[in-house]
Amino acid sequence: MTETYGAYGGRYVPETLIPALDELTAAWEEALADESFRAELDELARDYAGRPTPLTRAERFAPDKRLYLKREDLLHTGAHKLNNALGQAVLARRLGKQRIVAETGAGQHGVATATVCARFGFDCVVYMGAEDMRRQKPNVERMGLLGAEVRPVEFGTKTLKEATSESIRDWITNVETTHYLIGSCVGPAPYPAIVRELQAVIGRESRAQILEAEGRLPEAVVACVGGGSNAIGMFAGFIEDAEVEIVGVEAAGAASLGTGRAGVLHGSRSSVLADEDGQIADAHSISAGLDYPGVGPEHAYLRDTGRARYVGTTDDEALAAFRRLTRTEGIIPALEPAHALARVDELDAELILLCLSGRGDKDLAEVLARPE
Amino acid sequence: MSKTLAIYLMSGPNTPDLAEAAVEGGADLVELGFPFSDPLADGPVVRRAAERALAEGMRTKACLDCLAAVRERVEVPLVPMTYSSLLEAYGWERFAEDARAAGAASLIVADLPAGERPGLRRIQLVAPTSTDERLRIAAAATDGWLYLVTVTGTTGARAGLSSSLAQLAERARAVAPGVELYAGFGISTPADARAAAALTDGVVVGSRALEVAEDGPSALRDYVASLRDALDQGT
Repeated sequence: MTETYGAYGGRYVPETLIPALDELTAAWEEALADESFRAELDELARDYAGRPTPLTRAERFAPDKRLYLKREDLLHTGAHKLNNALGQAVLARRLGKQRIVAETGAGQHGVATATVCARFGFDCVVYMGAEDMRRQKPNVERMGLLGAEVRPVEFGTKTLKEATSESIRDWITNVETTHYLIGSCVGPAPYPAIVRELQAVIGRESRAQILEAEGRLPEAVVACVGGGSNAIGMFAGFIEDAEVEIVGVEAAGAASLGTGRAGVLHGSRSSVLADEDGQIADAHSISAGLDYPGVGPEHAYLRDTGRARYVGTTDDEALAAFRRLTRTEGIIPALEPAHALARVDELDAELILLCLSGRGDKDLAEVLARPE
Repeated sequence: MSKTLAIYLMSGPNTPDLAEAAVEGGADLVELGFPFSDPLADGPVVRRAAERALAEGMRTKACLDCLAAVRERVEVPLVPMTYSSLLEAYGWERFAEDARAAGAASLIVADLPAGERPGLRRIQLVAPTSTDERLRIAAAATDGWLYLVTVTGTTGARAGLSSSLAQLAERARAVAPGVELYAGFGISTPADARAAAALTDGVVVGSRALEVAEDGPSALRDYVASLRDALDQGT
């Protein structure tokens, strides 16, 4: 058994992929033990991606709180996704792979992947649901400019779920030449652990920055959860601090943790939206990045152990929070972290740290189509 | 010795008729697909068949009923082929017990590689990418025969037989002498079937059989008979 997070995790994939997962595990362990790997990642983060990202006090958005935003929206390409894409690109080079395949929902991971493929000279194929291509058009155009081939997925829900399945099928077919650059802390082991470690820079920086700004740890740490990679990266910095409350915010119509059941999707056992027969249910969210019926196995574990709690935000609440942050702080957030922003007022905490995982340029059409 | 011919059918209202036709055509074993919404190991033909079956209400209980109905019509071994999510929801052991009670000889779980859930007895799959160590683990754990995936890829017809099969069959023979080897994935024509059977003890035909089955039992019977002839000529 390779379940890593209590009863969650594992490698529920066809046999064809097992040797590649073994190879990836070995390369990852070797890289972690190699100081030059860490040094290269640090250099890329600083000189290419723009780390560290700042912490911004949002005084007008939340006048009754001391709310700090971790500004992953200011990272190159506009979202936290680049942290993971850069790390996995270095790993793919160590594995000798020349071709990268990835899935994308909102397009942020697709853009991050296309970006690192341009930077490292890899061939790049991104699978994206046809419905997501419609609602995230600017990102489709960016990926094309960066030299990636975007392949529409026209069946099923035409969103991230099917795009992920098609990416895995491509990987099964081309596993000898191809690295699957998964975008969230989901999938078969070792992916959830790799993505967590590559995103943990968010939590490490945030912890040091809030101690610098406030001289104490936050009372609550908040992040949005789709697959859950920005959240797990942020939470990683605070899980050991028992006094810090950890809150994940899901889209109410895609609440894999809030309303899901134990199930198997895309290679791991986690909490998923499924019916009583194990058939995966459709998720519904205005935010393409949260519109996914699964979630990283570590989140299911954190929920079960009580270390984190997970709440939901509706489309309308997210839109209201999106507009409110834009007007009060001059920051246009992505719709995904707008879900987390919507829950700030009701938290029983004064000093709050929130991961602003991406910027909202990609969402303008979706927001403008719904007048206030 | 005669080579085994296994035919894959998706569970559905017509499946007992189709299974009977397949056996009349010369099938020695019927694999019965239990449809899943997100079948990672499957190409477009099986995926679409699964979508249709789910739309017809073929959930786990209905599939077990279908299995029992097929059991009443044919004598050959029946093997459900499905995905982990269904077993997780139904209960892993309970599924194996109820499938056996409905007439299954064993089962195949496409996304459950050897080593995961070792308590669940099932037919194991190996692939061209499997190391010799993986072949050993799968052969030791398998329930009856070992399923050789002929291609590095998903299910579905290919032009010609994969060149990977010869090496995989040779390696599997070396590490697991005495274990029966059946080749599947990508086999669609009588010529493919004969070529694959020359390297193994049997073949599994899925996607092409599903396509032919859309034209009804008689078309399926003729198609399976053409595969049967090819296998019998080859021996």
